[in-house]
Amino acid sequence: MPESVTESPEIRVEVPHAAEDVDGGRPGQKRAREPIFHLDDVTVSYGDKPAVRNVTFDIARHEITALIGPSGCGKSTLIRCLNRMNDLIPTAKVEGKVVYHRQDLYGPEVDAVEVRKRVGMVFQKPNPFPKSIYDNIAFGPRVLGMKGDMDEIVERALQHAAVWDEVKDRLKTNAFGMSGGQQQRLCIARCLAVEPDVILMDEPCSALDPISTGKIEDLMMDLKQEYSIVIVTHNMQQAARVSDKTAFFTVELDEDEKNRTGRVVEFDDTEKIFTNPADPRTEAYVTGKVG
Amino acid sequence: MEAASTTAAADGRPGAPSLRAARRRYGEDVIKGLLVIAALISLLTTTGIVYALVSETIVFFGEVGIGDFLFGTKWTPLFEPASFGVLPLIAGTFATTLIALVVAIPLGLAAAIYLSEYARPRVRKTIKPMLELLAGVPTIVFGYFALTFFTPEILRSFLHMDVAIFNALAAGIIIGFLIIPIVASISEDSMRSVPQALREGAFGLGASSFQVSLRVVFPAALSGIVASIVLAMSRAVGETMVVLIAGGQQPQWGADVGKSMETLTAFIGATAKGDAATGSIAYKTIFAVGTTLFVITLVMNLLSIRFVRKYRQVYE
Amino acid sequence: MSAHQDAIGRPSASQRAKDLVFRLALLACLALAIGLLFVLLVDVAVDGAGALDWDFINNFTSITADKAGIQAGLWGTIWLMGVCAFFIVPVGVATAIYLEEYGDPTKWWNRLIELNIQNLAAVPSIVYGILGLAFLVRGPLDLGNVVLAGGLTLALLVLPMVIIAGREALRAVPSSIREGSMALGATQWQTIWRQVLPAAVPGIATGVILALSRAIGETAPLIVVGAVAVIAFNPDGLDSQFTAMPIQIFDWISRASNDINNYRPLAAAGILLLMILLLAMNSVAIWLRNRYEQKW
Repeated sequence: MPESVTESPEIRVEVPHAAEDVDGGRPGQKRAREPIFHLDDVTVSYGDKPAVRNVTFDIARHEITALIGPSGCGKSTLIRCLNRMNDLIPTAKVEGKVVYHRQDLYGPEVDAVEVRKRVGMVFQKPNPFPKSIYDNIAFGPRVLGMKGDMDEIVERALQHAAVWDEVKDRLKTNAFGMSGGQQQRLCIARCLAVEPDVILMDEPCSALDPISTGKIEDLMMDLKQEYSIVIVTHNMQQAARVSDKTAFFTVELDEDEKNRTGRVVEFDDTEKIFTNPADPRTEAYVTGKVG
Repeated sequence: MEAASTTAAADGRPGAPSLRAARRRYGEDVIKGLLVIAALISLLTTTGIVYALVSETIVFFGEVGIGDFLFGTKWTPLFEPASFGVLPLIAGTFATTLIALVVAIPLGLAAAIYLSEYARPRVRKTIKPMLELLAGVPTIVFGYFALTFFTPEILRSFLHMDVAIFNALAAGIIIGFLIIPIVASISEDSMRSVPQALREGAFGLGASSFQVSLRVVFPAALSGIVASIVLAMSRAVGETMVVLIAGGQQPQWGADVGKSMETLTAFIGATAKGDAATGSIAYKTIFAVGTTLFVITLVMNLLSIRFVRKYRQVYE
Repeated sequence: MSAHQDAIGRPSASQRAKDLVFRLALLACLALAIGLLFVLLVDVAVDGAGALDWDFINNFTSITADKAGIQAGLWGTIWLMGVCAFFIVPVGVATAIYLEEYGDPTKWWNRLIELNIQNLAAVPSIVYGILGLAFLVRGPLDLGNVVLAGGLTLALLVLPMVIIAGREALRAVPSSIREGSMALGATQWQTIWRQVLPAAVPGIATGVILALSRAIGETAPLIVVGAVAVIAFNPDGLDSQFTAMPIQIFDWISRASNDINNYRPLAAAGILLLMILLLAMNSVAIWLRNRYEQKW
């Protein structure tokens, strides 16, 4: 299904067309899957300590891209670059290029608030607002000034997140009364209500029980038809189950053995990563030889 | 499915969306500006205090020698001939503060140790509100109590002490009770931050509660305890109503706490009540004495803040 | 084996005795402190309960002690609290928001503001009276000894309390709420105004009430600012002369030195009324905290 990306006349940043050549190249087919993000030698530091560096890969549309690897390898740090949440940390510094829809995400004219309207995020620990379920969902559309019938917007978002049936009779009750899994789906619905392009998920299931996890994984598979999803996960099997592409991160100690910095070892189709990885470190991790 | 604001995408598919803000967010800047102005009010307050005190004091020292003020032992500003030695007022403040600390330090620390090391949760829940109540009683009530009950019934009748009706001893003791909550709450806070592991180590070696409290917890919490004492001292120095009501308005360059000893604060209160004309010598004495008071408490406050930072740092 | 222990490690008898004595000493100290409070409250109640009646509340002060009442003081206090609250709520909350949400703590000017507030919280209240006298009553603003000057002086006195309480209330709101809001595309102020501040309101309200409880009992600054002791009218505007409950009480206490039988009951009744007001305010603060406090 061909997609034409209409260029905004305001684009100033010239970025080489990376659309057709995703790693592994199969030009004809790949045209259907344009990258929505292109990361080029991205390094993120807190103060002068790099947390993750030299990251280069593409994130394709309507796919689920998983970032896996051991603790401390900078996966969360990296994913927060994609919606400029790292801006909230005063000492954070981003080098390299993060290109979104052929625009430099960190360009001088770019407004981080606009970025976050289009790139949504779901967090590791569900963080509903201390308000009613209805007001949780309506918050985003209200502050963004979205037009339309709020009741409809709320219902649509909750339906999309597969939680409508469970809450439709108690929309005005406090969201804190929901179970953990429901709260996380509420957070997903909240994210969907502002109609983003991309959904980032930072270990969305690690605080949840297996049944809730399963529901959310099913939800992800549904959502990727309309959105692009990037997920950070500790759970390899989850990555193997749901994702199309996987990036495997590892952590390296620097010479003084004091600082840990993450980097991408391998990025490829998920199937390849898990059945026939190119790098021995990847193999060691996915077969469980190292944790 | 459209992105929030898209330029150009005529076919309804998400176009390359504009990442520039639709218009510069002036509202955010205005609000931040207003908030900064509010925060500056607190700075302005201090500036105002310093300016008000210092400017009149400088004028005062134009008329009264600074040496006479700081080292003179007679304070009779409204007599003929006037004498402006501030030492009696400082002696009064010093005496009442010292007496107050003699009361507040043992009682306050005892409360703190008990609440931190011994009391069960239910007991704490009963006692802490009572200490908060003690802290919440207005000082004029303490002044009333000192004058109408403490001096006549307790000092004179019960203890058969030969004290004047206005005396520094009663004022000092009552101020001492008044500042107990300051010593108790900050010291208790400091003791509770001492890690449990330290206590357990000592108990494991066979120490008793008494030894653990005094030899382990107390030294570990020392910064916070000192901070609480310095802050309490500052509070005692600045206390006005108790001394104004019960401590008397006769300055005394001596140590007879059974008699009246006017303090820095009592003098200011008494003089200001008399509605002195702007520019008169009486008006200016208010500021000169006020500056002395402010400097003394400022030094104590800064010291105490430093000590609090020290103890918070160690365990956090 | 320590000399303090017997063969199986229990503390020796002398050790236990010391422990017990220490414990009793601590309790005795506590009892003394709380005992004095108790005696004080009983003394005031005994002295004043007889004189605290509706006449007392409705009458103005008078030369004839029998007919004297605290109406002017009561209304003066109410006016003062109104002016005070009107000032401390916006300024205190705005300062707290600035320091918690916007101020970069590594910048020296923000640290200075913080240090300054901590110091102001411990400046003697009479110095605030001097400030009021120099700038509000006389000096540049030259308002005279009126309600506005008195209220603003009290406001400056308790402002640090509101700022400190406000900061704690804001700090108690977890950062995950802010992150969740910002991640949806809300601006910083939208996040604060619609999420953080509403969640912090109970804590802020409690802080404001406690600040007002402090202000209501303050006498020294009002003396310096020129609250009049003997007036027989309620304030009729911000530019009206005024008295306040503590000032009237102080006046009666002063008179009691010469005429104890007539004036002591009045002073004590005034104190009782003041304490009742305080009790009511603190109860509201505690109720607010318990009812609306957010458990995260």
